[in-house]
Amino acid sequence: MTQVSVFPTPVLPGLRNLLSRYAESTMWLARYMERIENMARLIEVTGTSVHASNMDAGWDSVIRINADEETFFLRHKVATERTVVGFYITDPDNPDSIVSMARCVRENARVLRPLISTEMWMHLNVFTRWAMDLGPDDVGASYLSTLCTRLKQECQTHFGITEGTLYRDQAWLFYLLGKNLERADQITRLIDIKYHTLLPCGEGVGSDIDLSQWTSVLRSAAAYHAFRRVLPEGMTPAYIVGFLLKNDGFPRSLSTSLRCVYSVLGSLAGEYRLRHCGPILERVEELRVTLAEQTVEDIILRGLHEYMDWIQRELRLIQNEIAGAFWPPVALQVAGNGQ
Amino acid sequence: MSDMKMAAQAAGLFATYDVPDFFCELLNRKDIPPAGLQQVRDRLACFDLAELRRRAAAVEAQFYRLGITFTVYSDREAIDRVLPFDVIPRVLTAPEWDHVERGVQQRVRAINLFLHDIYHERRILRDGVIPAQLVLGNANYCQAMVGLDVPGGVYVHINGTDLVRDRDGRFLVLEDNARTPSGVSYVLEDRQMMLRLMPDLASGLDLRPVDEYGPRLHRALAEVAPAGVDDPQVVLLSPGIYNAAYFEHVFLAREMGIPLVEGRDLTVEDGRVYMRTVAGLRPVHSIYRRLNDDFLDPEVFNPDSLLGVPGLVDAYRRGNVTLANAIGTGVADDKAVYAYMPRIIRYYLDEEPILTNVETHICAEPEGLAYTLANLEHLVVKPVGESGGYGLLIGPHATQAELEDFRGRLRADPANYISQPVISLSVSPTLCPAGVEARHVDLRPFAVTGRETWVLPGGLSRVALRKGSLVVNSSQGGGAKDTWVLAS
Repeated sequence: MTQVSVFPTPVLPGLRNLLSRYAESTMWLARYMERIENMARLIEVTGTSVHASNMDAGWDSVIRINADEETFFLRHKVATERTVVGFYITDPDNPDSIVSMARCVRENARVLRPLISTEMWMHLNVFTRWAMDLGPDDVGASYLSTLCTRLKQECQTHFGITEGTLYRDQAWLFYLLGKNLERADQITRLIDIKYHTLLPCGEGVGSDIDLSQWTSVLRSAAAYHAFRRVLPEGMTPAYIVGFLLKNDGFPRSLSTSLRCVYSVLGSLAGEYRLRHCGPILERVEELRVTLAEQTVEDIILRGLHEYMDWIQRELRLIQNEIAGAFWPPVALQVAGNGQ
Repeated sequence: MSDMKMAAQAAGLFATYDVPDFFCELLNRKDIPPAGLQQVRDRLACFDLAELRRRAAAVEAQFYRLGITFTVYSDREAIDRVLPFDVIPRVLTAPEWDHVERGVQQRVRAINLFLHDIYHERRILRDGVIPAQLVLGNANYCQAMVGLDVPGGVYVHINGTDLVRDRDGRFLVLEDNARTPSGVSYVLEDRQMMLRLMPDLASGLDLRPVDEYGPRLHRALAEVAPAGVDDPQVVLLSPGIYNAAYFEHVFLAREMGIPLVEGRDLTVEDGRVYMRTVAGLRPVHSIYRRLNDDFLDPEVFNPDSLLGVPGLVDAYRRGNVTLANAIGTGVADDKAVYAYMPRIIRYYLDEEPILTNVETHICAEPEGLAYTLANLEHLVVKPVGESGGYGLLIGPHATQAELEDFRGRLRADPANYISQPVISLSVSPTLCPAGVEARHVDLRPFAVTGRETWVLPGGLSRVALRKGSLVVNSSQGGGAKDTWVLAS
């Protein structure tokens, strides 16, 4: 039997080193798709829980999670379902809206077309055209859930096609970096805002509304059933926060995303011998250690908001350091560096 | 099969097909068609119109998903327009293709010798075969190329020759495309689409394959890399995602397995070209550039260009990188120089042209201008600088006012125009809203030159989808057909 190497190295000379521009676009493609999925989850769950509790107030948490208070209230007086959904799905002037993000996905997909699989491109081509065309008629209250389900499924289809067809080289690793950095960022935002909104106070503790609100937080992270399985009786805010931050088996937990970021950077440094990974690896490791060493009670006691804020800042620094290392501003790159 | 049965079948899909007296490769050839071609004709005739439309709809849906698109310059908003594709293939016989292939190879050889000469000894000008002013005063003549030796003497690595067939089926050269000819991606994509969606039409036929194009082109580009480089890095330089032909750039980069770069991905240090990768700068040896000369290097050409690479021409002149096609090849495919191409072929090769030109009147010459002005209503007049069918006058289709207006333009700037008689372009059966009808077609074979010249079997057949229209350009309502070359 002939021996066939299954490893991508050594590879064809033309394919070995990923263009910086491709690396950047790959990362952002993954980030935007992850962001669209999270946005769809958030809107769907907010829609459902708001209807259940018969309040309009829940909608402003969507704005706070995305830190868009300033831009939103410049445009709208109050946060109602209509204004928030319009702002986050169809408003072309809001860079965080689904239509704007779909446009960014499309731009990056076009840049990456030489690199990504035909199946990936075909799906993104059709998906982004559809998503960019979403208008007021598509977001009425009665279709909102269906729309969000479709958006989520489109993103999941994309992730599935990518997993099944994208060649495993540096591009794949930058894709994973983007996806997991975005996930990490999103989960901390969700915890940060929801914890304060839903913190039990006075008579509400343990009541049905309180529990259903927390259930909805878990659902928006697709964590409800996993949580039930691991902690069938532990529906307390602290346990829920702990699960979302530290559970190593849950695919969207902060610890899982950071573990993946760490291992991907390790592959770039090891298998592809890319320099500059060292300091970034250290920063990620630092983040993982502080997360592992603290109990969730400690974290809450010292200030959950401050901790989430710190993590988000660290994630931004990691993103910036990756950019500086792999797609540096033109003047800083000198012939002959690298391997 | 009996004549009766054949007639019955021909009455199927082609029952209402009417070919006034144009040449039609499938149904009005004026010779006895070879067996393979007859087979295609019979199979097609058995198709039910509704079934053909279903296939066409499936093709269109698939192209939409694939996003195989073409930007239309006159319609800035329509960035992604799908190039219309006709499901009825255009079929060339083996002897027809042999003739075209040899003709194209001959023409490419002559063009490369011509370019070397005009950038070196200029023998052809001294011998008075072609007016020196026409060459040296040409906007596309590039001073930076004077005296520069390019690897293998190859200037035009990728050439597209636009051919038409006249009433008798004779192939005529309409123009040469020696700068950055486009359209080859459609040839490869269309073939794949045809084999997938019309398998019953192609089954068992001995067709010349087209999928060698990528490897052939890559090999040619590696062959012309600077001497002494063992494992040359070839890249494709594109203006980027908003360019009309971006899809094609992507396609070719993928077919060759090479990076698609933009100007900002490249940098020149000490006369050498590098690309920016995640591992730092990596050397580049051979560049298939899909950027016009003017935009290549802001230090030499258009200083406002952000698409190019500062210092690229210097690296090129030092022999550290190969550009394909070379700079300054536009002088060879100029519509005024075109008129001299038969003489250029005879001069360098001492051979008769295998493919003949369309009769051409050069308005820069007094007799050419006088003839053109006097016969305007019978002529096609083309501006020599433009591409893509813009600024063209088709005399027989023009109103009196349009003719008068054009006479004024001709008198004002005669050197800008050539004129040709209207050719009764050949037609090909095409699926139209009212059924299968005759539409005019042309043919652009693609020639790839490294150490030798290879011609992709077939090429791009463009079809003028509007009834009676002679303009096949995709920017003017043209579509494409798959071109089948029969191997025997």
